[in-house]
Amino acid sequence: MKAPSIVATAVIRVLCLGTAVGTAAALTPVLIAGRHYVFLAIVWAVIAVVLATYATARAVPAKYLVPGTLLLILFIVVPVLSTLQLSTTNYGDGTRTTRQETVERILANSVVQVPDSPKFNLSVATTGSPASGPITFFLVDQKSGALYSGTEAGLAPLERSAVTVTDNFVSAATGYTILTPLQVNAAADRLRDFTVPTGNGAIRQRGLHEAYEGRRTLQYDQGTGTITNTVTGVRYTTAREGDREYFVGPDGTRLSDQSWRSDVGLANYRRAFTDQHILSGFTRIFIWNVVFATASVALTFLVGLGLAVTLNDSRVRGQKVYRSVLLLPYAIPGFISILVWSGFYNQDFGLINQITGLHVNWLGSALWAKVALLLTNLWLGFPYMFLVSTGALQAIPSDLREAASIDGAGGFTAFRRITFPLLLVAVTPLLVASFAFNFNNYNVIELLTHGGPFSPGNPDAGATDILISYTVRLAFGGNGAQLGFAAAIATLLFAITAIMAAAQYRITRRLEEMN
Amino acid sequence: MKSTRRQRVPERRGALRGRHGLAGAATVVLFALVACSGGGSDAGGSPDAATPAGSPGASDAPSRQDADLVIWTTEPASRAVTPIAKKFGQENGISVAVQVIASDLAANAITANAAGNGPDIVTLPNDFLGGALQNGAVAPLSLTADDLSAYDEGAVTSVTRNDQVWALPYGTENLVLYRNTDAVAKAPSTVEDLVGTGQAAVGKGKVKRALALPVGQEGDAYHLYAFFSSAGGSLFGKKPDGQYDPEQVGIGDEASVKAAQKIAALGEKGSKVLSRSIDGTNAIAQFTEGKSAYLVSGPWALADIRKSEVSYDITPIPGFQGEAPAAPFLGVQAFWTLSNAKNPAFAEEFVTKTMNTPEAMTAMYDEDPRPPARTDVLKAVSAKDPDMAKLAAGAKNASLLPDFPFMAGVWPALSQAFASIVGGEDPAATMTSAGTAIRSAVTAP
Repeated sequence: MKAPSIVATAVIRVLCLGTAVGTAAALTPVLIAGRHYVFLAIVWAVIAVVLATYATARAVPAKYLVPGTLLLILFIVVPVLSTLQLSTTNYGDGTRTTRQETVERILANSVVQVPDSPKFNLSVATTGSPASGPITFFLVDQKSGALYSGTEAGLAPLERSAVTVTDNFVSAATGYTILTPLQVNAAADRLRDFTVPTGNGAIRQRGLHEAYEGRRTLQYDQGTGTITNTVTGVRYTTAREGDREYFVGPDGTRLSDQSWRSDVGLANYRRAFTDQHILSGFTRIFIWNVVFATASVALTFLVGLGLAVTLNDSRVRGQKVYRSVLLLPYAIPGFISILVWSGFYNQDFGLINQITGLHVNWLGSALWAKVALLLTNLWLGFPYMFLVSTGALQAIPSDLREAASIDGAGGFTAFRRITFPLLLVAVTPLLVASFAFNFNNYNVIELLTHGGPFSPGNPDAGATDILISYTVRLAFGGNGAQLGFAAAIATLLFAITAIMAAAQYRITRRLEEMN
Repeated sequence: MKSTRRQRVPERRGALRGRHGLAGAATVVLFALVACSGGGSDAGGSPDAATPAGSPGASDAPSRQDADLVIWTTEPASRAVTPIAKKFGQENGISVAVQVIASDLAANAITANAAGNGPDIVTLPNDFLGGALQNGAVAPLSLTADDLSAYDEGAVTSVTRNDQVWALPYGTENLVLYRNTDAVAKAPSTVEDLVGTGQAAVGKGKVKRALALPVGQEGDAYHLYAFFSSAGGSLFGKKPDGQYDPEQVGIGDEASVKAAQKIAALGEKGSKVLSRSIDGTNAIAQFTEGKSAYLVSGPWALADIRKSEVSYDITPIPGFQGEAPAAPFLGVQAFWTLSNAKNPAFAEEFVTKTMNTPEAMTAMYDEDPRPPARTDVLKAVSAKDPDMAKLAAGAKNASLLPDFPFMAGVWPALSQAFASIVGGEDPAATMTSAGTAIRSAVTAP
């Protein structure tokens, strides 16, 4: 009886490990071709760990720990590390490319058509295979109809007898394969660098069927790292502005707004702690953030608990109907309901002012915008608390309450002394989670008030901004995406949230010890 | 007949990236859902009656479809581009994919292009240029002077930089004044005239309010700028060559304060013609429902207005009495080829050959009516559609939409200043502090 099961286990083990090794082996050539050597090393390191753990019967505890640890590294540690790494760079709009890529882009963009030069009908041909063979351009002058063949060596006139010409295009030539549009497109990388030099410049491809004579006006000098304009003679050298470098002419004008990615050390963190513009709003926003999260949790819990207690009474008829109706706000996607709510708060046309006859400028005044935000968040959040409280209430044994009433406790006293403390044990971790969620509740802020109302003097820090909406605006607002800075801010927010979570876990543990 | 529900959010929102971005995106998604739930048939009843369903998932970055030519565009433009692209695909024996990107098309295109999985072509307005060049995201088009002579000069200028043409323009967009001709018979010649006739129409009970111009709690620099410029205000001064000079910020100077006072007089503590309750989500509806005598909006409003029962006329936005003419911003919608396109040859061929024809440009107008940037096509369509000539006439004094990468920091500051002034705050102090904020956005690294 025992022998087959050992065999089966062994077979399954070999199959699983074989699949893992096979996958890694299949990935290897791809990774080598793409030069992802670090990734390749990681893949094989993981395979080695898996093999060492599961191939033998020795490391029993590791068998249970390895999967969780690997997933922890993959989904928690790696993102945190790469965020940290990103936070020490100036990566963002304008610095998405390396210096080399930036130079190539600037040079490629400097090609202009030679004035009064002819345009050609182009057929791309090769003597070898379409994918890798040497390229020849067969050109027909669009005006004169003259025939040329062009290679990287230069342009040469072509005998009409040597080729077949159809509709002013060279359609066949002995010894050559004319590339189809698909093949031309596939050879894009090679064609990008392929030019036929002429006296004034070089003939380049344009689209699928045309070529023109273009001239590159900028030249890069590898030795000095400068770019020279061959027409005007102006030399552009690299100069630092803020956290990035540009090619700048002698009079200070930039050659291009495109900079490149570089390491900036702790500059992003320094900026977060020293920039007056950022600091000016921080304290106020942090206080409101805590108030917002606390009030949201408190209000939703109070309303949810109240409704749960009411509907939990067996004397209420149609409990299921009530419960279903109360869950509706939870069932509507938040994106939609928040936008609908923001319409309700319109001063002149909004539902709320129209029904109540008030003329409150809900989203235009700092105070009322906060009230509106809490009201909306209450509507969005109470069904969750209702659901949780209902569940917790039903889990409390009814004999406890009976015992309390025998001891002479009235309804409210029984609730306060017996039901509520027991309920709290169950829901406190959920209240902590709800606090953490609301502390970073970007959606409701962004969709309802956008963080506003704002003052014209500081359009970055609004009256209802919380830290996350404020920092998103700093990192992605005014100056485009500043991903390096955003990563630094994310790291700081991570620290703040971690400290608050640690404190709250302490409190939760105390509650657990109490019971 | 196929469904003709159009998105209600002005497309310029995609261009003026600001803090409106996400909400605008979500709204677009909302309407996209509404459009989906309507299915293929344009079911009866009001367009607002359809209930949205499903999860929006607006936060997902778009992913490139795998095809030999990939175009990212907006919903209205896609209706015109799709058949043209399909035909192009058949002619060349390739697969094409036209993807509608509902939110933040410009930012998504730049990010995806940098990651090497972007589209080959995007359609975006001219103010994409600054950010695209900063990120090296676009490739210049080798269009000749011959090609370009067929296009409106201003439109070509808007996509030209450093002696290169970076996009093929297809349509222009600028603000105009839509007038409910039942409420007001004659077009106003001045802002004062507009206010007077509008309020008279309200007095007679024909409409509920004089003017629908989006302001909102956060302001709307784009829509208010026409009035502001007429009263002497300017965002940037101009260099001798006519380009904007970001070193000359006009906000906060004497002229801007004077202009702001004129706007304040129209605001909530003045004649109440402007109100923060009117915003991008309800301004057009106010007009199409016959509640407003006037509407300041662009070509994107035309489809809704034509569908409504309101009889309308289009005239240029008037200036204040005795002041300069109103100068709204001119935006130019265009086709851009991306620098890391996987299929550069097909992309260039499609833009410079296939789209660069009167037939293709007419098709763009048919599905997405706005004045064509090709002058011959504009002439042809204006002959049968007088609205196009009227829309184009509104651009007579227009100035180009600035495309500096830092504009994303400038628009919110100016918008907020306008909102505060409309709300009744002191024009001088507001303009001064907005000027400081704008200057710091301009000079930020």
